[in-house]
Amino acid sequence: MPPFRIIALYVGWGLLWAGVQGWVLCTTGFPVNLAFTDALLTNVLVITGGCAMSITLRFYRPGVRQVVYLMCWSLGLAGVCLLMYTTAIEQLLKPETDYLAFIDQTLPVRLAFNWLMILFIVLQNWLWLYIKEKQQAEERKAATEKLAREAELFTLRQQLQPHFLFNSLNSISALVNTRPEQARKMVQQLSEFLRGTLRRDNQSMVPLADELQHLQFYLEIEKVRFGHRLQTEIICEEEALPLQLPYLLLQPIVENAIKFGLYDTLDDILIRISAHVQDSLLVISTQNPFDGELLQHKQGTGFGLDSLRRRLYLLYARHDLLTTEHQGQVFSTTVKIPQKL
Amino acid sequence: MIKCLVIDDEPLARSIVCDYLQQYPQVQLVQECNNGFEGVKAIMQHQPDLIFLDIQMPKINGFEMLELVEQVPGVIFTTAFDEYAIKAFETNAVDYLLKPFTQERFDAAMKKWLQKQAQPVKEAPAKALEQVPAKQPEEQVRVVVKVNNDIRIIPVQDILYLEAYDDYVKIYTSTGCFLKKKTMGYYEKTLEEKQFVRVHRSYIIALSQLTRIEPLEKETHVALLKNGTRIPLSKSGYSRLKAVLGI
Repeated sequence: MPPFRIIALYVGWGLLWAGVQGWVLCTTGFPVNLAFTDALLTNVLVITGGCAMSITLRFYRPGVRQVVYLMCWSLGLAGVCLLMYTTAIEQLLKPETDYLAFIDQTLPVRLAFNWLMILFIVLQNWLWLYIKEKQQAEERKAATEKLAREAELFTLRQQLQPHFLFNSLNSISALVNTRPEQARKMVQQLSEFLRGTLRRDNQSMVPLADELQHLQFYLEIEKVRFGHRLQTEIICEEEALPLQLPYLLLQPIVENAIKFGLYDTLDDILIRISAHVQDSLLVISTQNPFDGELLQHKQGTGFGLDSLRRRLYLLYARHDLLTTEHQGQVFSTTVKIPQKL
Repeated sequence: MIKCLVIDDEPLARSIVCDYLQQYPQVQLVQECNNGFEGVKAIMQHQPDLIFLDIQMPKINGFEMLELVEQVPGVIFTTAFDEYAIKAFETNAVDYLLKPFTQERFDAAMKKWLQKQAQPVKEAPAKALEQVPAKQPEEQVRVVVKVNNDIRIIPVQDILYLEAYDDYVKIYTSTGCFLKKKTMGYYEKTLEEKQFVRVHRSYIIALSQLTRIEPLEKETHVALLKNGTRIPLSKSGYSRLKAVLGI
């Protein structure tokens, strides 16, 4: 709400009560000018007090349990208002001794009135802010939920890799007529691959042997598509096979390597994957040929690996687990997986 | 006889097009190409009427390949990427086939092309379409040019400045100057605006190359580049440059 409207509201509220009070005093037989001076002064002070309290409330909001503080504050404020009122009214209406005597008699009533009025303003303010905060919290919650949903969708899409899927389906479609046997085999490989992708949740750990098996399906499919250019070689130490690594960690690295190799060069490419144990680390490195000239300008460099780096950080709180380097025409990506001993 | 080419880096993807083409005895498949380089060569050699073109291919993509061809034949894109459809139609493509596609869908594309052939060529609207840059053109990261029979890929970081040259744009880099059949407007739209500024009707400069701005006469200025080239600034170009530099 814009501030001028709030002020207008307060002023209107004050005037209303000044009117009511003035009218009551008039009907009991006091002169109009005296009655309304009194009423106006009282209410201006009360409204000012109320405003002061509500401004404070904006910066410090006591919870439901600290409601006692609010009562005490408003009572104190009512007292201050009354004090200011009596001093002012004595100056204003000096000759009217009768009326001043009347004021003296009604002091307790006036204090109660002030208190109730201030309390009312404070309460109404507190309620308003409370509702607003609730609304904001709701909105925040909705936004967070939306973000989470989007992230989930994004991971899902990443995992399914629509382009890979569609291109593979296209290859199958091509094979159906000429080499139905191979088409069937590829359907089976693609199914195995997808099953492996969808099977587990992101957090779980799998032995390297399983991950390599999953990778094998992927590579077989890629070889059907790019068989004329793509060669792969997997070298793995025997003792590395049972070691654990986060599920679906290798595939994006290999995918990246293949993409680099296939799309940055025109020649046949060899993708080399090797795994060994070093201290308490499982070290897996992937090598692919690349064109050094194009490297820095490639838009595809980042994404797959960036999200991987983030995943490794979330899992192990370390930034040094994924490294890349290039020597001559060979680009290598090395990932280290800490092993629990 | 209709001459056609299939350009795709996946042999199986090519074979499916060849398979579908068997229904069209009037179409002669003159060559299958593994990548854009072979594609450019084959187009020059055979002057085909129609090409089937994949987008994601080694080194240069389908769009970049088309830029290198002077007499662009009818193009039917075949790709698994649906995000390029708008760009594809901006290049005046006949159709855009999403892999995998059926014989029916393929036939529809062929029908479209054959109809287009039968009708008198309406060059005017096509040209007009070419002039209108995409609403959100893809930002360029590299420019592919042809020098004699050699294809060169220039990263935009290597560009010093661009100069209008009739129907062409001259692209100056530290290793030489390359011609490209495009408009200045196209580059103004597609080059990153924080790195490149159109300082004149005929010039776009790379901000990283700018060393200073000197007054020439009253109210006219020249930009001095690192390699010593002096580029005239137009009035609006000067104010654009100032705006980008924040002065």
